[in-house]
Amino acid sequence: MYKFILPFRYMFKKRISYLALLTVVLCVFIVVVVMTVMAGLVEDFKQKNHSFVGDCVLGTESLVGFGYYEDFMRELASREFVQSVTPVIRSYGLINVKGSRQSRGVEIIGIEPVGYSRTTGFGEDVYYHRRDVANVFVPSYNPELPGCVPGIDLVLERNSRGEYSPPDSPWRLGLAISSFPLTPKGALSKAGLGLVNTRTFYYSDHSRSGLATIDSSAVFLPFDESQKLCGMDRPIKRTSFLYIKFQEGTGLSEGCGKVRSMWSKYVSAGSGRPAGYLLETVAVQSWKQNRRSFIAAMEKEQTIMTMMFILVGITTVFIVFVVFYMIVSHKSKDIGIFKSVGASGGDILQIYSIFAFFVGFLGSVFGSLFGWLFLRYINDIEAWLYGRFGFQLWDRSIYAIGEIPNRLESGLLLVIMASAIFACLLGAYLPSRKGSKLRPVQTLQVNQL
Amino acid sequence: MKKDGVILNCGKLFKSYRMGTTKIEVLRGVDLELERGGFTAIVGSSGSGKSTLLHILGGLDKPDEGAVEFEGRKLNDFGGRELDKFRNKKVGFIFQFYHLLDELSILENVFLPAMISVGFWGWISGRRVLKKRAGALLEQVGLGHRITHKPFQLSGGERQRAAIARALMNKPEIVLADEPTGNLDSATGNDILGVFQKLHKAGQTILMVTHDERIARKASRIVKLQDGKIKDEGG
Ligand SMILES: Nc1ncnc2c1ncn2[C@@H]1O[C@H](COP(=O)(O)OP(=O)(O)OP(=O)(O)O)[C@@H](O)[C@H]1O
Ligand SMILES: [Mg+2]
Repeated sequence: MYKFILPFRYMFKKRISYLALLTVVLCVFIVVVVMTVMAGLVEDFKQKNHSFVGDCVLGTESLVGFGYYEDFMRELASREFVQSVTPVIRSYGLINVKGSRQSRGVEIIGIEPVGYSRTTGFGEDVYYHRRDVANVFVPSYNPELPGCVPGIDLVLERNSRGEYSPPDSPWRLGLAISSFPLTPKGALSKAGLGLVNTRTFYYSDHSRSGLATIDSSAVFLPFDESQKLCGMDRPIKRTSFLYIKFQEGTGLSEGCGKVRSMWSKYVSAGSGRPAGYLLETVAVQSWKQNRRSFIAAMEKEQTIMTMMFILVGITTVFIVFVVFYMIVSHKSKDIGIFKSVGASGGDILQIYSIFAFFVGFLGSVFGSLFGWLFLRYINDIEAWLYGRFGFQLWDRSIYAIGEIPNRLESGLLLVIMASAIFACLLGAYLPSRKGSKLRPVQTLQVNQL
Repeated sequence: MKKDGVILNCGKLFKSYRMGTTKIEVLRGVDLELERGGFTAIVGSSGSGKSTLLHILGGLDKPDEGAVEFEGRKLNDFGGRELDKFRNKKVGFIFQFYHLLDELSILENVFLPAMISVGFWGWISGRRVLKKRAGALLEQVGLGHRITHKPFQLSGGERQRAAIARALMNKPEIVLADEPTGNLDSATGNDILGVFQKLHKAGQTILMVTHDERIARKASRIVKLQDGKIKDEGG
């Protein structure tokens, strides 16, 4: 039991022990910071995607959309597991700032603002109507005009710090939006000169979802208006999607499964209706499935990053291991001395393991602590670096992040700490076991195991 | 404790080292009996196997053949724990090259064997007494004023004396000393021998290895190790 005293008396008089401690601190620090930021970025991105569509998406990518959605919406809304459901039109068009000659492609998102913000995070994404989403399409400068909510990058520039400076109220800006209305069969519903529908909407607010594609090339319009614009009001009213939000406590796959079975019943019950074939194109997806193609790119990046950090992690663990291996094997003679004065093999293992555990534990505690402190002030540090040297980790004019994520995951932290301690133990265990198994003279004769 | 009788003996000890294809036969049938309370010196030329023999007698190494008996029991029959206890309590080993722990002070080095034997609570409760004893032993070998120093701050002779104090810490039945004066000038060597003679007078069993016949003469019995065997006895 002197083994509890000895590691401290003996090991902490070696300078290399402090170097080992420092190594563990640094390694834990680096892994904690990098993993947290990385995981935070991905989580943030997923969160934004989730917030953008709600929990479940029922609909079709076809620009024609599908009909008979209102009855089904009512049916859904009456169910207990559904918190809210809202129709969404997603189509494409051209946008032209009135008076300019430049047109550009734009994604049209037709929404009912109240239902939509109940289902998604839209209510938080707008700027002027955060408390009054019902009037998000009412321009403050003239309530009579039809309003629209463009993605923030369509109307505002951001500086290199990633900040926008919106004026106190939206300025009068007319945006002519054109779309090609399609018949339920997918043909252009207008022939000849009036091929497109064009209508001018006025800037009433802007939306900042944090999703680059949406913020830079989407415009939100009132549902009815976009239905007309895209020709989805005739001969039957159509929509592209229904976004659904589940009640608290409803599992994602559970909820989606229920919606799916309700939908297939609904479709078969109403077979033979005009344009009923459109219902066949409709799929029910969870938000994850629906945003797959967007998340996938990020996830691919994350996979590469994760691989890199696994490598960094392995290297770290290996460094810690090597440090311990060196400490113990470099002075294997000490093991011989211990044994020659009567220490058992088990004693030797315990002496070095207690030491290794202590260094590993202390190192991970301090590493995590420094990591936590660093993360806590990472945004301040970055701001200071930027102010002082003009250096920015993530160029905000490229990355759609406001702040560097810095929420420490306790699970991740535990894994990191455990691996650090494990590496220390393993590094100390291997050579000390080897030394403890040898006869004392054998360890006394060689300088290094 | 009986004063007479055989404390440690060995019979037909064989030990060889293999270096690639060549086999170095170091011990070729060593028979030796040590009386309790005796002061024995083993002499022999360099490389004759003196250290090898001493290591085997002290339970630090194993012979290829033959057996060592301590108080009538074969070391081979000792379990692992028992052998550790044997090294800890029964034998005080003094190495040719001191083998002190560099990080510990002289005092800590000396009480290390006691720390190992008394255990955690024994140490907590008895450490004052044990530290006192370690200090007294260092006093006895003339190092009373150096107890807080580290081994590297000591001269060779002083380190050897610290090693002697460590060997005596647990009041061993027998002290095995490997060339305790080998690296020292003759004056310092004589000091150390003086310590040994004092111990011998107090009844301590000592087995000392040396290649110097002059030093061996201070012992009460001399054995010669030659060609892997005990050749003649005298003293
Ligand atoms: N681990 C080993 N491997 C190979 N040969 C060894 C080993 N240990 C000792 N020997 C050889 O065994 C022989 C006896 O060695 P030992 O150390 O016992 O001699 P010694 O009598 O103590 O010599 P010295 O007086 O120089 O200390 C030597 O020839 C030595 O080279
Ligand atoms: Mg020798």
